[in-house]
Amino acid sequence: MSSRAGAKGTWLFVLPVLVVLLWTVVYPNASIIVGSFEHGLRSWREFASSPTDREALRTTLVISIGSVIASVAVGLPLAFLLTRVEFRGRRLLSAVATLPAALPPLVGVVAFLFLYGESGVVTRGVQALLGLDHAPWTLNGAGAIIFVHAYTMYVYVFLFVSAGLERLDSSLDEAASGLGASRSLRLRRVTLPLLTPAIAGSMLLVFMSALGSFSAPYIFGGGLRVLSTQIVASKLNGAMDLAYVETTVLAVGAIAALILLRWFERRRTYAVSSKGSAVRSRLQSSTARALAPMLGAVLVVILVLPHAMVILVSFARDGAWTTQVLPPEYTLDNFRRLATDTDLWVPIWNSVSMTAIATALDIVVCFLAAYLLVLRRFRVRWLLAILVALPWAIPGTAIAIGLASTFDRNSLLGARVLLVGTFWILPLAYFVRGIPLVSSATEGSLRQMDPSLEDAARGLGASWWLTMRRVVLPAARPGLVAGAMLAGITAVGEFVASIVLFTHANRPISMEILSQLRNFAFGTAAAFSVVLIALVLAITLIARWAEGRWTRAEAVVIQ
Amino acid sequence: MSGATPHLALDRLTRRFSEARAAVDAVSLEIAAGELVALIGASGSGKTTTLRMVAGYEAPDAGAVVLDGRDITSLPPQRRQFGMVFQHYALFPHLTVGQNVAFGLEARGVTRTERMSRAAEALAGVGLAGAAGRPIQSLSGGEQQRVALARALVIEPPVLLLDEPLSNLDPTLRRSTREELRATLRRLGVTALFVTHDQEDAFAVADRVALLAEGRLLQVGTAELLYDRPANREVAAFIGRSTLVAGTLDGDRITVQLGGASRSLRAAVAPGVPSRGVATAVLRPDALAFSPPDGRDAWTGVVQERRFAGALLAYRVRVAGDVDLELHSTVRDVQPGDTVWVRVAREPVAVVA
Repeated sequence: MSSRAGAKGTWLFVLPVLVVLLWTVVYPNASIIVGSFEHGLRSWREFASSPTDREALRTTLVISIGSVIASVAVGLPLAFLLTRVEFRGRRLLSAVATLPAALPPLVGVVAFLFLYGESGVVTRGVQALLGLDHAPWTLNGAGAIIFVHAYTMYVYVFLFVSAGLERLDSSLDEAASGLGASRSLRLRRVTLPLLTPAIAGSMLLVFMSALGSFSAPYIFGGGLRVLSTQIVASKLNGAMDLAYVETTVLAVGAIAALILLRWFERRRTYAVSSKGSAVRSRLQSSTARALAPMLGAVLVVILVLPHAMVILVSFARDGAWTTQVLPPEYTLDNFRRLATDTDLWVPIWNSVSMTAIATALDIVVCFLAAYLLVLRRFRVRWLLAILVALPWAIPGTAIAIGLASTFDRNSLLGARVLLVGTFWILPLAYFVRGIPLVSSATEGSLRQMDPSLEDAARGLGASWWLTMRRVVLPAARPGLVAGAMLAGITAVGEFVASIVLFTHANRPISMEILSQLRNFAFGTAAAFSVVLIALVLAITLIARWAEGRWTRAEAVVIQ
Repeated sequence: MSGATPHLALDRLTRRFSEARAAVDAVSLEIAAGELVALIGASGSGKTTTLRMVAGYEAPDAGAVVLDGRDITSLPPQRRQFGMVFQHYALFPHLTVGQNVAFGLEARGVTRTERMSRAAEALAGVGLAGAAGRPIQSLSGGEQQRVALARALVIEPPVLLLDEPLSNLDPTLRRSTREELRATLRRLGVTALFVTHDQEDAFAVADRVALLAEGRLLQVGTAELLYDRPANREVAAFIGRSTLVAGTLDGDRITVQLGGASRSLRAAVAPGVPSRGVATAVLRPDALAFSPPDGRDAWTGVVQERRFAGALLAYRVRVAGDVDLELHSTVRDVQPGDTVWVRVAREPVAVVA
């Protein structure tokens, strides 16, 4: 708002923020695109004519679209059920409905392996129940990947549509019914059209996530090739130029989806209403009343099962679980080893310290970026807005390849620093991946602040620093804490970029889980997964505590 | 202003948001120490932009803001030390009432004990003694307005700026609040510039009123001056109600012909109007009165509308094919359809170009 204060001071902040973002976000990705043309069009021709790459592209699209359909099929009805219908067990189901999002990507995949894999508990259980010779299914190929995606990504659809339904002006529905519209007509002509932006937005989000997904295809793909795994394979084979082409294709697809998403988000404003209170109706028929809690119970079990399974397996003795439905022997050894074997401490300490560094950087840079975006006017505002959103669209694999190809040597002229092979490359990757999370949450908080508050503080004689400390920062705090929490959770369980960039010395927990799995040390892998879940929980608690502590501190000053 | 240097002066302040039109166009205004001036105008007339330039939130493209003879145009808001009451009050939601009021003192490095006692004093001054510990969310609209006022006043500003301070209040509260506002500002002898779109607010609070339209200052003066001696048609039309009728001016008299009857009235001619020729007479409803039948100095017409307005009744009387006179009267027994005679009861009438 304040154009005067914006004149000179703003550039003092815009410049460093832009430099950091251009250097860490744009430069690596630009060097990928440049790298893909290193041999003219040769690498692109190679990509276009390679049957494996064509197959990878096709499979990626099939899996992404399949994931969108499956996520909508699960998330949309669940959102309607939980916002519109009252039944016994609704609160419990609501509480666990977003649980899959709290599962670090690799842990989710591991849990699915334990549950639905060829020797998984559910698979063996069904096999034993039906007296089959073979497993009734194999968790392999596109179907398996879509299944895992649906489990973790339906949460986007569920959250978007629930929020849309909560916001929906109930008087619109009442007006329609007052005009004689039946329930189905109201749904078709009023509710769904108003929800379209939310549904479309969440679909694009699922599409983007599925496009860049790495863990599920990596573990369950079998012989299947998708772009993200293909990139890592090309890099391992030393075909860097091909990896650059594949990365470019993947990133461009994801960015296109992001642009579409932003467009839908702008259109979504009309759904915001003056007063919206979703009214939950009680079920009319007695059959429905009896079925709903049962359906709810089944869903709750399905949702909780992966977490429960990881915890159960973490107590299983390594190597003892072979053909039985459930692990036959239980022990505390896995955790005991974790506590005593200092070698096993390394990945945990690595994940914690790298997460702390990355999140601290995110907080500083993204707070400034959000402050500039919301409260300042300057010429290249649009550029800053794009830069903070960009890492959201670019898949983790692409970010990692970009960093790997940029920070692979010291070059003053090229503004490059040798980070590959050092500890610092992973915190940098985590920092980049956290940027959109922290900045968008902080922006959200600052947008709720009345911009004249800043004017008021300065009009009362407050210096820039005092205004920041006493007015802007408190207004930004809820978003900053929430964003930092999300960034921390993402970083602590990060797998996709880590697998490209890690070294033995800075290996994070996710890489340790993978290597334990490869040694068939399921119990140890699960114990590490439990540690990861505990860390996620700890970050959540720290965020709550931070929010609460500040609020209390404020209350003390009041006296 | 005569004599001493004005306390606050706006010197040809100009602000353009686009090439085509200036949002504020060379506005000059002088405010004496202790004076309350209201800046009024329709929405989009540039009054808030003017206020924001005075406060320092908006930089003028041309012109200057002068305080006690010192050009402060380039000072940022925090160095002007003006108090400002924002339209939506801009109270810090995460601070208590007391902390809000004390904020400006905190910015000035006043010790905590002192700022708390001064905040309490300021709150008492606006009738909110003992409210210091309350959260902002617990306040009613009128209370919020008073906290905003206390917060602006506690820093003892040389000039107080108020941006639509009453527009968020319901009509009843608004009436009592503006009386309190005037009483408080008077008691403290504050110099104040306040923006409003509501002329009743302006008349009730301000010593002088400045009328803006499309970024230009049309007239400055007491409310009575603007009402009785509008500088031009726009002022006459914006301030109060009136019927503008064409007449022929000849020196200090204007002849107005309505229907068949031609009447000569004493004229108070606005500056710049040629002393002879066609001009416009401003007939205010309260300057008109019913006259006995066949009154020599009256126009005759038919009552079109009768509207009860409390102490008075508002009548609309058609005196010619296209002219309806609006008339306020305590006479109650006239009904629509009645034929009546209307005369000018208070002369001179204002004449504008």
